[in-house]
Amino acid sequence: MVATQETIDKVKEVSSTYKYGFVTDLEAEKAPLGLSEDIVKFISHKKKEPKWLLEWRLKAYKKWLSMEAPNWAMVDFPKINFQDIYYYSAPKTKPKLNSLDEVDPELLRTYEKLGIPIKEQEVLAGVAVDYVFDSVSVATTFREKLAKEGIIFCPISEAVQTHPDLVQKYIGSVIPISDNYYAALNSAVFTDGSFVYIPKGVKCPMELSTYFRINEQNSGQFERTLIIAEDDTYVSYLEGCTAPQRDENQLHAAVVELVAMNNAEIKYSTVQNWYPGDKDGNGGIYNFVTKRGNCIGKKSKISWTQVETGSAITWKYPSCVLKGDDSVGEFYSVAVANNAQQADTGTKMIHIGKNTKSTIISKGISAGKAQNTYRGQVQIQKNAKGSRNFTQCDSLLIGDKCGAHTVPYINQFTPHARVEHEATTSKISEDQLFYCLQRGLDTEQATSLIVNGFCKEVMKELPMEFAVEAQKLIGISLEGSVG
Amino acid sequence: MSLLEIKNAKLKLDDKDILKGLSLSVSKGEVHAIMGPNGSGKSTLSYMLAGREGYELESGEVFLEGQSLSNMEADERARSGLFLAFQYPVELPGVGGMSFLREAVNSRRKFLGEEELDHLAFVKESRKVASKMFVKDEMLKRAVNVGFSGGEKKRFEILQMAMLKPKVSILDETDSGLDVDALKIVSDGVNAQRNDDNAIVVITHYQRLLDYIVPDFVHILSDGSIIKSGGPELALEVEKNGYAGLINAA
Repeated sequence: MVATQETIDKVKEVSSTYKYGFVTDLEAEKAPLGLSEDIVKFISHKKKEPKWLLEWRLKAYKKWLSMEAPNWAMVDFPKINFQDIYYYSAPKTKPKLNSLDEVDPELLRTYEKLGIPIKEQEVLAGVAVDYVFDSVSVATTFREKLAKEGIIFCPISEAVQTHPDLVQKYIGSVIPISDNYYAALNSAVFTDGSFVYIPKGVKCPMELSTYFRINEQNSGQFERTLIIAEDDTYVSYLEGCTAPQRDENQLHAAVVELVAMNNAEIKYSTVQNWYPGDKDGNGGIYNFVTKRGNCIGKKSKISWTQVETGSAITWKYPSCVLKGDDSVGEFYSVAVANNAQQADTGTKMIHIGKNTKSTIISKGISAGKAQNTYRGQVQIQKNAKGSRNFTQCDSLLIGDKCGAHTVPYINQFTPHARVEHEATTSKISEDQLFYCLQRGLDTEQATSLIVNGFCKEVMKELPMEFAVEAQKLIGISLEGSVG
Repeated sequence: MSLLEIKNAKLKLDDKDILKGLSLSVSKGEVHAIMGPNGSGKSTLSYMLAGREGYELESGEVFLEGQSLSNMEADERARSGLFLAFQYPVELPGVGGMSFLREAVNSRRKFLGEEELDHLAFVKESRKVASKMFVKDEMLKRAVNVGFSGGEKKRFEILQMAMLKPKVSILDETDSGLDVDALKIVSDGVNAQRNDDNAIVVITHYQRLLDYIVPDFVHILSDGSIIKSGGPELALEVEKNGYAGLINAA
């Protein structure tokens, strides 16, 4: 791939400014359009990264060039032109608004339905108020409390500077750069994300939420998160936000790696509500994520809970590699696809250690013209004697133009293990709707109640305050799908 | 003014005439029983009143407290104070009884301009009513009607009625699937709600329910219209001679 003159100039410019320690205004900096080796170098230079990381990125970039975009998922979209994307731009400052009166009324209506307090609405919508400063101070107090326990929770770009050994040791250890097309791309060009380190014996005293990073740098479209839990630890991490996320980047390719040592437990919860596009499928985010956890230690546990209601296309399989004996992997998922949305999501449970256990509960809801696929792999390797898996995949159809698909792959290489798979497909019946209406609920309330009932097993896995918002969110995502 | 007024109601299902000019007037404080053989249009009548989709009147009109129901959807009718106790209560998997009831009660309260009940106030209120109905707390924690016995389902219907305090309640074959003990509990629950301000319409095939819920008026429904009306003695006549005699005499 040949770099454009623009790129070359830009990199030269960067290299020359580098000598002066990057004193220039960050806001004005932006890499030229497209992707090349120079762009990868540009990003790494901008972030003042150590040499090993640059080399790692370049290796990933070369690998990516030799790979093909996967086409096995049941999603359909025009080919992405990777040269038509900006891979580095300084954090975009949202247009400053003076009051909520200037905010898109549709957005406000959703905030209200979600029950988000006015103050938070202002922050989310980017209204310039003094309160924002309060919020920053909340984040600071929060960090100090964690630091007292020895917990590191910071942007990964910061961790590269402050804890380079940890980052170098674990980045790519769960998801190698060659893992898949989008993971390779992310490894080459990731800009930021979260880094969490829980030292031995510490139970994290609070839920770690990306919400507290909201006013910091926008992590952009290639987010990278790394969570390491040492022996005898517990951490619960919340990703995302139930408020609608308007975003101009169409392609999102994030990577999340989790590492759990002996007797460590990581609980990772996601609510994803990115712009799904309009009713006819114009616009909307492509969400191509690679998430995987390594249960390295004995009796370690990794639990993924996700509520996916947004994005035009979701391609996502949070997985667990159960290496440690007696380790446990869990996957609880609600995927809602309405209108023209397409979701192909599921999990992989790779049983390597003895007596490992995994549970998969997947609830797919399809409405409008949407297609919703569960794709999951359960692999019991030869030495994983005494291992067990239980999988339950339920699909709910609303209307008669949508589709639900279940694609389980089960590979069992030892007879000394048990794998169970259950699947159901159902519809919201007219009887159920009428029953609710007769009790005075309107069609939307009724649909929301029935759908949330259907998802209950998953919703109860979410942290409490998140669950309440997620329930409302599911209702909102399905508005207008019945009646 | 009557609470519920049905005027010359005609309704077709699949091009077949089901209700053929049914009229009925129910005033405050009254209990009416509508009796009829299978296929006489009993369930159709209850669905029509409750506003189920597909059960719209071809002609005629229904009034609730003087207000025409023709342009009101099922949920609006419910919020206005019309309650239907289902013959076959519907299962809502995963939907907790308590949260379902609370949404229903708050929809009605909102409509009446009353303050919505918060979680605690609601739990207190529902427990009070439930204990009167011999409904265990545990039942409210379960998913609506899922795994309920026939008796539990009917008790839960009447519990909802007690919580929603409707103007007009229609009980559709509430006795079906009940043994004598359950029948007595359910009937006691209904009787406890009779007052001078509301009205109850009991739709039933058999007379035995009317031993427990004693009506002021009995109407015989046959082939889509009411062919005879009278007092409680009319029900006994049905019990003794069957519907055939009455229908032939009409």
